[in-house]
Amino acid sequence: MTPRKTGRRSAPGPRVSARGRRPESGAAARASGSRPAASAPGTTPVRFVVNGAEAEVAARPSDRLLDILRGPLGLTGTKEGCGAGECGACTVLVDGRPVNACLFPALEADGRAVTTIEGLGGPAGELSDVQRAFVECGAIQCGFCSPGMILAATALLAEHPDPTDGQIRDALVGNLCRCTGYVQIVEAVRAAAARRRTAGGAR
Amino acid sequence: MTARRYIGRAVPRPDAPDKAAGRALYIHDLARPGMLYGKVKFSEHAHARILRIDTSAAERVRGVRAVLTAWNTPELRFGFLRDNLALKRDKVRQFRDEVAAVAAVDPDAAAEAVERIRVEYEPLPGVFSPEEALREGAPLVHETDPQGRPRRDNRVPLRFHHESGDLAAAERASRYVVAGTFSTPRIQQSCMGTAGCIAEFDRRGHLTMWAKTQIPFLAQRDFARALADIGLGDRDVRVVVPTLGGGFGSGLDTHAYEYLAILLAWKTGRPVKIVYTREEEFACLSPRQCAVTRIAQGCDAEGRLTFRRVEVLQDNGAYTSWGATYPSVMMVPVTSLYKVPAVYFDAQLAYTNNTYCQAMRGYGNPEVNWAIESNLDDLARAAGIDPLELRLRNCNEPGEVTPMGLKVGTCGLRECLERTAARLGWRERRAARDGTAGAEPAKRRGIGLASLCHVGGSGRIYRSDASGVVLRLDDFGFVHVLYGGVEMGQGLHSVLTLAVAEALGVRPEKVVIGPTDTANCPWDVGTHASRGAFMACTTVLRAADALRRRIFDLARTVFPAEAEEALRRHRKRNPDDRPPEFDVAAAAARTGAFDLRDGVLFLRDAPPEPWLRLDLARFLRAVHFREGGEMLSAEAFVDPPTQLPDFERGFGNLSAAYAYGTQGAEVEVDLETGEVRVLRLVAVHDVGAVLNAQTLAGQMYGALAQGLGYALYEEVLSEGGRILNPDFRDYKLPTAHEMGMPIELEFVEPNEPAGPFGAKGVGEPGLVPTAPAIANAICDAVGVRLHDLPLRPERVLEALRKRGG
Ligand code: FES
Ligand code: FES
Repeated sequence: MTPRKTGRRSAPGPRVSARGRRPESGAAARASGSRPAASAPGTTPVRFVVNGAEAEVAARPSDRLLDILRGPLGLTGTKEGCGAGECGACTVLVDGRPVNACLFPALEADGRAVTTIEGLGGPAGELSDVQRAFVECGAIQCGFCSPGMILAATALLAEHPDPTDGQIRDALVGNLCRCTGYVQIVEAVRAAAARRRTAGGAR
Repeated sequence: MTARRYIGRAVPRPDAPDKAAGRALYIHDLARPGMLYGKVKFSEHAHARILRIDTSAAERVRGVRAVLTAWNTPELRFGFLRDNLALKRDKVRQFRDEVAAVAAVDPDAAAEAVERIRVEYEPLPGVFSPEEALREGAPLVHETDPQGRPRRDNRVPLRFHHESGDLAAAERASRYVVAGTFSTPRIQQSCMGTAGCIAEFDRRGHLTMWAKTQIPFLAQRDFARALADIGLGDRDVRVVVPTLGGGFGSGLDTHAYEYLAILLAWKTGRPVKIVYTREEEFACLSPRQCAVTRIAQGCDAEGRLTFRRVEVLQDNGAYTSWGATYPSVMMVPVTSLYKVPAVYFDAQLAYTNNTYCQAMRGYGNPEVNWAIESNLDDLARAAGIDPLELRLRNCNEPGEVTPMGLKVGTCGLRECLERTAARLGWRERRAARDGTAGAEPAKRRGIGLASLCHVGGSGRIYRSDASGVVLRLDDFGFVHVLYGGVEMGQGLHSVLTLAVAEALGVRPEKVVIGPTDTANCPWDVGTHASRGAFMACTTVLRAADALRRRIFDLARTVFPAEAEEALRRHRKRNPDDRPPEFDVAAAAARTGAFDLRDGVLFLRDAPPEPWLRLDLARFLRAVHFREGGEMLSAEAFVDPPTQLPDFERGFGNLSAAYAYGTQGAEVEVDLETGEVRVLRLVAVHDVGAVLNAQTLAGQMYGALAQGLGYALYEEVLSEGGRILNPDFRDYKLPTAHEMGMPIELEFVEPNEPAGPFGAKGVGEPGLVPTAPAIANAICDAVGVRLHDLPLRPERVLEALRKRGG
């Protein structure tokens, strides 16, 4: 199965039911101590690569990828804006493709490579070119949508190094932002693409 | 004055790198040791008597630590009129009423417990529109007022009224009069980060609240009152504001969930966190007030306005928030947008069994601006005058005192109108005729514009309109800034940083903004009324001035010795150099001898020698580490020269400055589907002066997106008090697609003398005239006037059909 970004606005379809899910189960896991893999009853170990490092988490069948990222793995940069695949705040890359982590079952992450906002920068915490472009172009206000936006933009540029404005807007249509009106976000993506072309490659 | 180094440029924000890296901590990301998770049980009726609440099954759920109802907790009353209760006892008045609350060791247990609470109700007939609510014999939403006195009707006991000029004579003298009724919907602030808080008591009973709020100090007062109600009246309350995922007015009140977190924390002795899901936020967080505005305006044969009559009816919902004071701000445009010699304004609010409403960006202004600017176009048409000309003929002027008593300082409205028109190609296109053909035969294009005025120099809606700042210098040359206003995404911390750098004379990298925390920051009335940047810069200018004076004073004695030492080092390193002769002591003794720029202290008329340029950090250490040493800091607390108007009579100079702007739109209307496409937007705003060109543009673009959403898409739908579209699938926010049209921004800078660095507040204006500009363009395109927002295709079709038949 190819993980695909589900619940995107551009492609309304049957909604994976994640409604009414609490936004906090990740934090709950954290508060009650990290779950040792495969020891808690009713859990299955998920072995996957997160931001380039191997990870193993005991997940319940009902856990979403978002829960294990924000919870046991402490990667709170991935945000939950709706829990229903409608806002894109939870966007992460699974095998390089953007998915809504609030719809993606944790168990499905087994054997895959997941990139979150924390994994985009360099080893010493330098920002990636897309992150830098967001900062420099004023594409960030409250910042709640930013991790998801940046990951969606990163995936776009990997596929289309020289996207048109239309392609940029298409790629971001599943990511809602209430603050910016998207103008400076689109500028940032364009700027990152341009810089990449002149620098002759990523980062 | 020397040229500005930082203010006015386009500078990236200091908080952006951490936000880009996913390192900013929102309420959702915070946890406290031993923290419990709270969850609320909401009503299942819009109006019903509560007969019985059975919590026994909930209490048995594993991990549950407390289940609260009105029967086992002290009564906590809150709200602008204190007509709301944290837990409802006798009856529920809206679907989202809080009937019970649970705290458990994890969210799943809390959710399960809430599901197991059984409530028996006796349903009551409800009222779901203000008209219904005000009808004789309508069921009462509140049988008594907060003091227990019986109420006779559903009127909210708040009065907003204004009359000026001889209205009857003005009406008679009018050559043209046009009347209309316009409505605006409830909309959701839709912060991407949902609401939430953590309440924690220490062992002395002091409370710390991590709250998603725009009013940390008014919230502190509200929470302190709640503590008094539970018998902890002498305890301290500290409000800490984490990174906010948006505000837009949703944080101008304290909310029931916050009081429930306090009660649960108090009952369990553990920190308790409550965070709303998106669905809860949609269904249970107060949206923007909806309003119906009846308007009539008249003009003489030359198009001079003769009078304006505006009557507003607002659906308050079941309880009263600060948003109920919208009419206090409505008065500003009603009395003062364009010159009107006679004005009548009256606003009425009615309790209903709908969700109660609260403030949102613009605070009443978009509601009445929609009516004023739409109706003005109709008046122009009736009088046979071009809408732009009509507006120019009645344009506000600098220095004017308006019927409400607003003292207009600078006013760039004329330029805003002219520049918008020029960008739209107004005169050429309107001369051509109204409505031009679209790309396809069934499509027509048109252009329209609308203006606004708004408070731009803070706005006194509370007894104090103040803000304060502390600037503290450390041994390393950093400036630590403590400010009580709230960064909610708008860029307050950016402006604070630039203002400190500019006013004090340090590099922005040396400015560190401390956390917003009532325990450390000076009091602040709140981040509302577009006052954030205005007040931040005003207070910073004052504190920085005090600091500079102290620094220069100390420099008279400290600088010469430091310079001598520096010269000695310089000579040692550069034995061949012949530094010019300069009498440092004599120069330092002169008044106004010193300057501080980019963190370097120097004598104004000294030669540009490195040893005569003292690094601020070095200077600060010299001042600190000596006998009788001192650390430098300054505090400024500013209550601006604004008046709390008499709202029952509608007079008073609410703000220290007024912001103006004009927006223009070009649209294409599909005659077959009724669909409206906005082809371009123009926004020209009088901002006083630009502070940070990048964040200013961001505020405007974001506001335009909200204006577009308000105009075309957004509406909280409800039926019998139940919210029908509590998600982003059915509640449509503009996406990157809808915002794909070209947008032109332009800023008019008259340099407001009352404003810091010449600036006015501009957080709200960008969304105010967007809807009427679009509707006026639709009218230009297809000749129909639309009265109700949002401008959904069905409404456009309906209007077209009516015109056709
Ligand atoms: S949180 Fe996943 S799409 Fe909104
Ligand atoms: S920056 Fe606030 S939601 Fe996008």
